[in-house]
Amino acid sequence: MNISLNTRALPLYVTIGIFLVAYLICWLQFPNMLSTRVIGNLLTDNAYLGIVAVGMTLVILSGGIDLSVGSVIAFSGVFIAVMLRDTGLHPLLVFGILLILTTGFGALMGWLIHWLVMPAFIVTLAGMFLARGGAYLLSIDSVPIQHEFYKTLQSAYWLMPGKGRLTLIGVLMLAVFLVGIIVAHKTRFGTSVFALGGGEATARLMGVRQGRTTVLVYAFSGLMAGLSGIVFSVYTGSGYSLATVGTELTAIACVVIGGTLLTGGAGYMFGTLVGVLTMGLIQTYIVFDGSLSSWWTKIVIGFLLLAFILLQKGLVKLSQKGMVTKV
Amino acid sequence: MLLSIRSLTKTFPGTRALDDVSFDLRAGEVHALLGENGAGKSTLIKCLTGAYQRDGGTVVLEGAEIAPRSTVEAQDLGIGTVYQEVNLLPNLTVAQNLMFGREPRRFGMINARAMRVQAQAMLAQYGLDVNVDRDLGSYSVAIQQIIAIARAVALSGKVLILDEPTASLDAREVQMVFDVVRGLRAKGLGIVFVSHFLDQVFDLTDRITVLRNGRYITTEDTATLDRVRLIEHMLGRTLQDEVLHNPPPDRGPRPAMLKFEGFGRRGVIEPFNLEIGAGEVVGLAGLLGSGRTESAEAMFGIRPAQSGSAQDQNGALDLSSPGKAIAQRFGFAPEDRKTDGIVADLSIRENIILGLQARLGWARPIPRAEQNRIADDYIRRLDIRTSGREKRIGDLSGGNQQKVVLARWLAMNPRFLILDEPTRGIDVGAHAEILHLIHELVEQGMSLLVISSELDELIAVSNRVIVLRDRRHIAELKGQDITGEAIMRAIAASDTTEQSDIPNQKVTG
Repeated sequence: MNISLNTRALPLYVTIGIFLVAYLICWLQFPNMLSTRVIGNLLTDNAYLGIVAVGMTLVILSGGIDLSVGSVIAFSGVFIAVMLRDTGLHPLLVFGILLILTTGFGALMGWLIHWLVMPAFIVTLAGMFLARGGAYLLSIDSVPIQHEFYKTLQSAYWLMPGKGRLTLIGVLMLAVFLVGIIVAHKTRFGTSVFALGGGEATARLMGVRQGRTTVLVYAFSGLMAGLSGIVFSVYTGSGYSLATVGTELTAIACVVIGGTLLTGGAGYMFGTLVGVLTMGLIQTYIVFDGSLSSWWTKIVIGFLLLAFILLQKGLVKLSQKGMVTKV
Repeated sequence: MLLSIRSLTKTFPGTRALDDVSFDLRAGEVHALLGENGAGKSTLIKCLTGAYQRDGGTVVLEGAEIAPRSTVEAQDLGIGTVYQEVNLLPNLTVAQNLMFGREPRRFGMINARAMRVQAQAMLAQYGLDVNVDRDLGSYSVAIQQIIAIARAVALSGKVLILDEPTASLDAREVQMVFDVVRGLRAKGLGIVFVSHFLDQVFDLTDRITVLRNGRYITTEDTATLDRVRLIEHMLGRTLQDEVLHNPPPDRGPRPAMLKFEGFGRRGVIEPFNLEIGAGEVVGLAGLLGSGRTESAEAMFGIRPAQSGSAQDQNGALDLSSPGKAIAQRFGFAPEDRKTDGIVADLSIRENIILGLQARLGWARPIPRAEQNRIADDYIRRLDIRTSGREKRIGDLSGGNQQKVVLARWLAMNPRFLILDEPTRGIDVGAHAEILHLIHELVEQGMSLLVISSELDELIAVSNRVIVLRDRRHIAELKGQDITGEAIMRAIAASDTTEQSDIPNQKVTG
């Protein structure tokens, strides 16, 4: 990694700075916040959000948006629960089928966006209703998952010093972020995604295969949504068609707070992880405080989002000004 | 012969963009491709780069016939292109841009270190030492252009097409880019150079090919080609068939109604002085890209002037936006009627009312009966051929659309109206009517600024003609002096006579 100070990296530094300062404030007020227990819970509680945000980061980097992921998570939970209840299939097999389904669903949306030249917003909005409807179709009620294998998954953790529990799903999220970082920043595919987000016409001139890249981006997002659904079902132990309403918007918020430009072409996968953890931190603070309503999370997130969008606008303006003076 | 094009034909619905065009490119030469609007330059280039497929003719590269179907395929065949803008991605690093699609990899992952080394080596050939890990967008346009050239040459390496690569560069940067181009010529590349700047063409190129109206006109050696002859070729008229014109009656010196002093915008139009009298028609002549439209846009506040001032009898005018220019009772009928002049999906009535209503503000809607009256009035007065005022304007012919645009301005009763190419794409009958209308408006005391590529038209309507070249106002012709010959000589006047005025034009990198 080079350490040259690009203005584009500034939002990332700001994100990291805000997270550290926020943690410092929390720690000063509640010294218990700086324990492996809290950190372990932070990872576990936000695992499904983090995984889906990895897919969302890639989509936004490419200049698109994926509104379907929240519904796909809910569908995944219900699908798994119903399959485990009604068939004798092993959970791992069910996971495989599910991931193929959600990846294909994402790929189909990407195909529609590219070949029918439709706005990603509309296509994935349709996908959002479709997936939610599909979940209702499978079951209206919450379906509990009672499988031995699930109990194993739920109780899998490593004990950290200080008795914090590093759970399987928390580790999975970190692993997914590692994969996301490699895909986005270390592969030709990732460079193509950045290129598309920087300008479609120019990207095509430079030889980006736009159709293939678009389909792969949304397929990746679908895969992440499916994986997130699995994690969520492990986390809650059930499948419910009304779950994770609005999660797609929370994921978008994490991506933007993580310093990715909402219009695409600039950002860092690692920033999204910090964004997810920042959001989790606010929730943890509210739990520790005890007297605050959990809606304060939303208010703080709202302000953070606004601040970041203003920061990005300012940076874009600043870099344009820099161009003019240099010419 | 490196590249040889024979009898190239390309037809679009309604127009034959290229008609039997031939073009030869040798290895180790810079070959200028010149022509005015609609000449077919960009169509020819798009046929070469695979953006269009030709309808007929042959393109032979190094002895083998080629028919690229995409930019990428053309690149693989050896034809690289650098455009004025949009070549590379400002949000990627220099190295990513240079190596895009060919990144060195290890275990499937991009090897950043090897990529950096290779990118630096590529740029070193051009004498460019920049930090390849920084975003491309953080460098000046000239450096971005050189990086784009480096990428195009690395990918293709036989033919390099430069499509107005210098349009947004200053003189020193132009020389930087030219040094790179000369280096590539010495290495044996065939380079096609498209530019509106004649000085640059004469400075850089070995041969010149002129196209006009989709046809091949001539190819000549730059060194022996006379500038006046070149301009005759481009404009398509010879000094022999000079038509005598009846200059509009000269009513003697008029009091200047508008005065522009030192009006200019960096990199767009050099500062100019211009006085316009009441009831006077000032024509702007010059080749495409000479700064005619840019002058008008500065006066109307579209790309507002950064220097100088504008005044009328009552004092200074604020022309920093079109809205403010309109408030000064200026009007502007733009060159690109379809995208800038009309709102294609609105009716004729709505298009005519648009300006008037905008001035009143949304809180004071013009009553429908009044709108109908105004629209019908102008449809009758300007003889707009339509089945009714509610017809969608996009369905009208070009001439009638132009009349609607004029009607919109006339309804606002401007004192100064700018007409940018008022007769482009208009049939002969409507053409004459619009010229007639210009005369009528002047009779009523309106001042006009007319921009036109057709010299005869300009001569017919103007009291005065300002000649532009390379974004500068270089000459002014009055009364009987306004002849096609005088205009062409002014455009062609070699810059050697004016060299002393612009010392920075010839600085070598």
